[in-house]
Amino acid sequence: MLLNDTRYRSLTLQAIAAILLALAIFYLANNVVTNLQRLGLNIDFSFLGAPAGYDINQRLIEYTSQSTNLKAAFVGILNTLLVAFLACIMATIFGVFAGVLRLSNNWLVSKLMSIYVEIFRNIPVLIWILIIYGIMTVVMPAPRAFRGEDAEAAMFLGISAFTNRGVYIPGPEFSRIFGEMGILSAGIGWLVAIAILICSFFGGRTVTRRATRIQEATGVRPATLVTNLAIWFLPLIAFFIITGLAFEIPELKGFNFKGGIKIGAPLIAIWFALSIYTGAFIAENVRAGIQAVSKGQTEAASALGIRPNRIMSLVVLPQALRVIIPPLISQYLNITKNSSLAILVGYADVTATLGGITLNQTGRAIECIVLLMLFYLIISLIISAVANLYNNSTKLKER
Amino acid sequence: MSDTSANAVAFVRTESVPASAPPVNAAGPVKWLKDNLFDGVGNSILTVLAFVAIFLILSNTMPWVINGIWDAPTLAACREILDGTTGACFAVLSERWNQLLFGFKYPTEMYWRPALAFAMLFVAFAPVLFFDLPRKLLIFTGLYPFIAFWLIWGGPIVNPILALVGLIVGYMVFVRLEKTSFAMAMGAGVVSAAVIWSLSKVIGSDSAIFSIGYLETVPSRDLGGFMLNMMLGVTCVSLSLPLGIALALGRQSSMPLIKYVCVIFIEFIRGVPLITLLFVASVMLGYFFPPGSGVDLFIRVVIMITLFSAAYIAEVVRGGLAALPKGQYEAADSLGLDYAQATRLIILPQALKISIPGIVNIAVGLFKDTTLVSVISMFDMVGMIRGPILASTDWNGVYWELFSFAALLFFVVCYGISQYSQWLERRLATDH
Repeated sequence: MLLNDTRYRSLTLQAIAAILLALAIFYLANNVVTNLQRLGLNIDFSFLGAPAGYDINQRLIEYTSQSTNLKAAFVGILNTLLVAFLACIMATIFGVFAGVLRLSNNWLVSKLMSIYVEIFRNIPVLIWILIIYGIMTVVMPAPRAFRGEDAEAAMFLGISAFTNRGVYIPGPEFSRIFGEMGILSAGIGWLVAIAILICSFFGGRTVTRRATRIQEATGVRPATLVTNLAIWFLPLIAFFIITGLAFEIPELKGFNFKGGIKIGAPLIAIWFALSIYTGAFIAENVRAGIQAVSKGQTEAASALGIRPNRIMSLVVLPQALRVIIPPLISQYLNITKNSSLAILVGYADVTATLGGITLNQTGRAIECIVLLMLFYLIISLIISAVANLYNNSTKLKER
Repeated sequence: MSDTSANAVAFVRTESVPASAPPVNAAGPVKWLKDNLFDGVGNSILTVLAFVAIFLILSNTMPWVINGIWDAPTLAACREILDGTTGACFAVLSERWNQLLFGFKYPTEMYWRPALAFAMLFVAFAPVLFFDLPRKLLIFTGLYPFIAFWLIWGGPIVNPILALVGLIVGYMVFVRLEKTSFAMAMGAGVVSAAVIWSLSKVIGSDSAIFSIGYLETVPSRDLGGFMLNMMLGVTCVSLSLPLGIALALGRQSSMPLIKYVCVIFIEFIRGVPLITLLFVASVMLGYFFPPGSGVDLFIRVVIMITLFSAAYIAEVVRGGLAALPKGQYEAADSLGLDYAQATRLIILPQALKISIPGIVNIAVGLFKDTTLVSVISMFDMVGMIRGPILASTDWNGVYWELFSFAALLFFVVCYGISQYSQWLERRLATDH
């Protein structure tokens, strides 16, 4: 019998598996087709071109209710990426802070940090989102509380207002060059600023490399601090002065604040909740990573006469980062996926636009969900590709 | 002579001086304080900051908790009792206790049924969690799913009994034939189980047997509250464990077809958020069943959450499999064990032991994720709070009491599970 012959067993089993798989797929597909026919439905993506017919108040690009469903989905995608990006940064800050302090030899501080980690890890992120959304909408004063001579609420430092409709912070405005270019002016200005920063990064790296080369050749390391600071800050400051960067401070006009940047309560809720929740996980990764570097490494380094701060940057951190970064990247992936919970507080991310309102209005359940899954799959494949690149570049090279 | 020699030296100490106590700052609480809290300027600043933080947190929350009102019919009445002072209205918890635990549709006079099932859950889990208990208790664990199903959903007791008998007959057929051929035994087992299961159709629903042990039926859509979270958590973790192990073994397989099917499945599930899978369960999964079968939402959600956590468990178990030294596989081969025996006797016991912390993490995460079903309008604990309770005129506006309670409940369960897993790791540790 084919199953008992080792030459053919693997092939036979795979053939059986293939047949079963094909049967299962055929059965499911057949069911879908029958069901759709019975309900008079079909698979059709043309609804993406139709006007969406709903408004989105949190948007990064121009969008009206007459825009297409595709554009609504795109607004949602940008919102997802925005909140994921913000939350990744803040979660890293929280996590590194708590993880390092948890290893502190200060008993009280390390205990406090363990409490933070345990409390935030063991309570569903959904509840955190709702709690922070509650703080933002119930505890914060209404804009009218800021009115009058003896107002109940005061603006923070006179420039920011925390209201139950969101937080208003001063908004940067490029008053000179980009002033006449309309709505995209600030966007272009910031893109140029980021480009300058990237150039500064490469400039700084060149200076550091040159310093290392000189040190290796002559044994004396030239001072790089001042040059580096100049490379980092001078072009940026010059750019801001040329374009006339000014901050517009929000003001109470009518029933609401006008001017500046408004960060809506839903965005803040989802951003902070994801940050503190994921921060607790990152804290554990950071702690584990630092503890994974064996004590012998530090001792060997100090036996070689390396100074303490150089031990940290040359010996401990490179080894700890190898342990910390892979789980950190998977936490970033988790943040991106968990940002889909934004639908709960009415933040218009891609799950809320494409998978929520568009789905309900058009009734195109299969198409919307397939597209939604495809988007998240692409994002997570990109993130895992980055993780793999990093892992391969830092892998211990043995034998 | 002796006198003179005794007097020759003015003074000789004949016993040692008792050791004097160490300086105050080198021992006892003062030393502890100095070492742990005020060790240097930076540390002292941190300590002071920590104390300030603790004080701020406690001074803001304690009056609220201590002044809490536990007995009032509505929020307005509670605010009246508080009379402007700071205090929590925990009365919402005592008034809506049953709704928080069982949902708002489960028949009131039948609360004892899920409560009993919940109590029995501990008995059923005890022998699985603690190895020192008598092994005979595992029989109860095996019976538990059927008892719990009967208690929670009701209906004639014949249905769960038939399901159980079907399983047992199928297993016995499988064991009888296993020696001759694994695949044949598997097939025969499944067929004989199916024969038993279809008996209830053959008997006909109006038969007298169905009135024996009849509990009033409760439809799935009436389940809710924390009970729903518990049911989803327990069911999905138990179901996803075997599926996850199978997927992990499949991913390690040398057969490319099986390997890639498993890889694609795992990576697909892990790449999408659970919420999209729940959308699938609520609006799309129905299309995959034969027309008119009308599988209810609870089962569809169980299917999707199980698939979701199985993919994650598969990755954890794969880590355990990869951590086993190659010698273990080779030793099993050289003993002449076939794949099934080697996997069951050599590979899995060790790989699973390595994967325990990871599996427990997944289980805790899954239990927390069961709150997501509130997004697809199932009334679990969070759904109850956001929906019927906060929307009612009596309790409109009691956020913190309700959310703190939900948070506390989840914290207790999840923290308990993670403590158990640490105990288990120590218990299973065989290294030095």
